[in-house]
Amino acid sequence: MTLFRARRSPAASPTEAAPPLGWSARALTFRYGRDSSPVVDAVDVTVEPLRCTALLGPNGSGKSTLLRLLVRTLEAERGEIELGGRPLSSWSRRELALAVGVVPQNEEINFPLSVRELVSMGRYPHLGALRPVGPRDRAAVDAAMQRCDVGRFADRDFNTLSGGERQRARVARALAQEPKALVLDEPTLALDVRHEMEIFELVRDLSRSGVTVLLVTHNLNLAARYADALILLEEGRIAAAGAPADVLRRDLLERVYDWPIQTSRFAGPGPDVGSVQVTPLARGEPLRAGHSLNHHMGSTDDHP
Amino acid sequence: MSPRQVVVRLLLLATIAVAALVLSVRVGAVSMTTMGVLEAIGGEGDPASIAIVRQLRLPRAVVASLVGAALAASGATFQALLRNPLAEPYILGVSGGAAVGAVGAIVLGIATRATWIVPAAAFVGAIVAVLTVLRIAASVGRSLDTRVLLLAGVVVGSFFNACILLALTLTDAESFRSAIFWMMGSFAGASWTSAGIFTAYFVPALALLVALGRPLNLMAIGEETAAHLGASVETVKLLAYGTASLLTAAAVAVSGVIGFVGLIIPHVIRIAWGGDYRFLIPASALLGAAFLVSADSIARIAAAPTELPVGVVTAFVGVPFFVWLLRRRAV
Repeated sequence: MTLFRARRSPAASPTEAAPPLGWSARALTFRYGRDSSPVVDAVDVTVEPLRCTALLGPNGSGKSTLLRLLVRTLEAERGEIELGGRPLSSWSRRELALAVGVVPQNEEINFPLSVRELVSMGRYPHLGALRPVGPRDRAAVDAAMQRCDVGRFADRDFNTLSGGERQRARVARALAQEPKALVLDEPTLALDVRHEMEIFELVRDLSRSGVTVLLVTHNLNLAARYADALILLEEGRIAAAGAPADVLRRDLLERVYDWPIQTSRFAGPGPDVGSVQVTPLARGEPLRAGHSLNHHMGSTDDHP
Repeated sequence: MSPRQVVVRLLLLATIAVAALVLSVRVGAVSMTTMGVLEAIGGEGDPASIAIVRQLRLPRAVVASLVGAALAASGATFQALLRNPLAEPYILGVSGGAAVGAVGAIVLGIATRATWIVPAAAFVGAIVAVLTVLRIAASVGRSLDTRVLLLAGVVVGSFFNACILLALTLTDAESFRSAIFWMMGSFAGASWTSAGIFTAYFVPALALLVALGRPLNLMAIGEETAAHLGASVETVKLLAYGTASLLTAAAVAVSGVIGFVGLIIPHVIRIAWGGDYRFLIPASALLGAAFLVSADSIARIAAAPTELPVGVVTAFVGVPFFVWLLRRRAV
């Protein structure tokens, strides 16, 4: 039982030695009721270590369910998942928490709780129920709060924060775990432009500083600019996976989202110049099934 | 809250609890000075005072304090587990089950044979109720679902209440009165024996709940998040529900059903000093002890020589406070 005994594992010491962490899943199937149709249907998926991967797809296409299978909130009906080359089922809850930080879609906190208290909870996998908080834990909490720019309201009640501040505080909690991978379920839901951009910037920085990032989002354009790899889901199956320019093809998106779409290139300025950008058209514009914009554009290079 | 603040605040609450206990021993038909009380405990002074303090007031004050501590600590635990500020120790049907046991013993006429029969029957009833509720909740879905648990508690509680009403309808006036009095809660029957038995439950149970403080902090945010942070959610739930319910069952057995202590005391601590369960549980226990022993003092002297049911006193204080809390929405 890991309830009261928590040893300092190698993962708790500064990052370097730990190998990077990725997922690979085969023939993953999940359904919510025994007789309902599968929400995730025989999916093969790979999440490369040290990259930022975005899961895309229409509402109900199985993004969140797939995400929850990968962090073992849900158990797959069939199929295998490996995390870091080991079967996911062989990871204990605490091992998993030491390796993977999760920011779930929503949490309802009914009691007063300061931001610092919330972020400090990220140290639980390192501490267990009884080990006292040490200087190393405090340093990790401070670093996580600074990284997410929530240090200014460390002593404020979580519930008095704005949506964007709350989201950053929750990301800080996951970072206080000092994880090797970070999983976020629609982290920018209902956020304004600045707060959404702050989350995407933060997530990209993290993926470049040794953390594998996997996130669900509906923002195709920011996913194209900020993610290294995209996975597009359609009715529980993978419609496309790979580099943004290979996934965000007009014919494919029009089929998956059932809406007329135009693709173009991000004109910049900024480091993402040339990324694919998706613009939905007015109802009634003709769908261009079976014809990919990429064929006209030629190169899909992000840095022309 | 720094470790030093924790110690200072717990010491402050402990001082209040001891002061309330001493005050409770001082007041009554024969009022005493603090020195008089201490002398009587030490066996000095007149024999009547010694008897009053040692045999009547002190065991009663000790039981009232421990029950207050137990109810407040259990209430805080249930509020964390159910993520519901309105949760209280009886929410899983403990009170209904205990009342069926006690009222059953009274109505069947076996209560008068020995003083331990009503507490024992209440304890058995409470355990049966909790097991029934947990059983129902466990049979729905793979893990204990909070919503199912709450519903099962309400449903089982309603069933037991119907049983009580049925029993009371069919019984004579004398049994009716003592059953009603038991259900309102009273420490009139407290003795060193009940204090001793209760302490044996109380000490390990409170220690376990305090030790569960950190995982309970995570559970209060959500079970999914707690699992992501590495907590053994099902183990924590089983230990915490089991311990808090046992503690409540033992409390109900020695004192009857006393409402509002388990609901309001954790909120008072939360509003004053925040909601960290590692602090909240021991702090609630100390404040609960002070509150209930004071309520019992009032129950004894307010309408002397008639003694009020202590549940009436806690409700008279608890209901206005609760309304104020709801209006403030500070929960």
